[in-house]
Amino acid sequence: MTAPQTPDRNPRRAFIAAAGAGVAGLGFAAIAPGLHLMAVGEANAATEARKAGTAASPAVRWGLLIDAGKCAPGCTKCIDACHTENGVTEKLPDPRQNSQWIRKIELVDRRDGRKTELPMMCQHCANPPCVDVCPTGASMKRADGIVLVDRHTCIGCRYCMMACPYKARSLVHVPLTEQNPEVPRGQGCVESCTLCVHRVDKGQTPACVESCPEGAMLFGDLNDPSSAIAKRIASVPTTQVRADLRLNHGVRYQGL
Amino acid sequence: MMRILAAMVLAMIAVSPAPTFAGEGERTPKPVVTIENPGKCVAPAEEMRRNHMEMLKHQRDRTLRAGIRGEPASLNACIECHASKATGSVLGTAEGGKGRNFCESCHSYVAVKLDCFECHQPKAKFKAAGVKP
Ligand code: SF4
Ligand code: SF4
Repeated sequence: MTAPQTPDRNPRRAFIAAAGAGVAGLGFAAIAPGLHLMAVGEANAATEARKAGTAASPAVRWGLLIDAGKCAPGCTKCIDACHTENGVTEKLPDPRQNSQWIRKIELVDRRDGRKTELPMMCQHCANPPCVDVCPTGASMKRADGIVLVDRHTCIGCRYCMMACPYKARSLVHVPLTEQNPEVPRGQGCVESCTLCVHRVDKGQTPACVESCPEGAMLFGDLNDPSSAIAKRIASVPTTQVRADLRLNHGVRYQGL
Repeated sequence: MMRILAAMVLAMIAVSPAPTFAGEGERTPKPVVTIENPGKCVAPAEEMRRNHMEMLKHQRDRTLRAGIRGEPASLNACIECHASKATGSVLGTAEGGKGRNFCESCHSYVAVKLDCFECHQPKAKFKAAGVKP
């Protein structure tokens, strides 16, 4: 259960430390190149495909950084791309029973009416409550931080759906026939965002990231200080939704 | 246990020189197994008949839980090779209504439930609508 935790990369702390040492200028210098990199936007360079026969490495922690400031109002391209990629196409008479691997959420600041939209999905917690409660061991976290359901052992009890603070999981209610061969899914099992594990293992990025016309999503290895995502997290303020739960998410947000 | 038993039954049928209930008038017609791509299997037929479920069970854990890709035993690889050329599937009635397709033929004969395809796609080269290669 104890996973390698991603170091806290709050840029303000680095700055305060530098300022405390009496070299405030250094803090700024360290931040500035990071900001520059973000502006250039070397976003989402395909990661390397893992060689056949090798296991997922705990040295890697896959993550996603979502810039809510860029997410366009009313756009559902990421949801469509996700559900196409993963074969989540069934439309049930009761729409509440449809699986949702991603949903769009609108936040309204009641004081000034400012609206923010953002996509919400499994946050790929480092300390996932869904894994804690699962009675069969079906809910699991891979070495590289991707949280999955092993449908071979899932009994559909839905404990994990109740435990997840983000409503990230869905139960499949009906028999299915149109599955993508790379994404098996079926009736009676719980499912959630897999971070497109079948694509990531091939060196591709998740379908949602690829589909976003605004470039609002950045995918990469949080543990690799030279990755675009780690650099941006090191240089701009980012948040984890309900960070007070201390689940240490792989999915981070910017501009909330 | 059921699966091992079933595999043994199958293996016995395969090696027995004079099947007890062959020919006309049998209660359950013997499975007609069509091998679409002979000689390409990852292991000899005897071993596959006996152990395919074990091979797939261990592979699925390595792939899903450890993230190991590209293993020789892979359900998708089985399907790609064994799907009927006529119907594209390892399930269902074979071409011309004679017998059933690869997986279903034996499994229905020995009455072993075939759970794999409640989640896995039984058709070869199936492209879910809109998925890019
Ligand atoms: S967001 Fe929910 S489903 Fe995803 S890892 Fe955390 S608790 Fe589990
Ligand atoms: S529904 Fe499946 S994955 Fe979720 S807690 Fe139950 S057995 Fe575990």
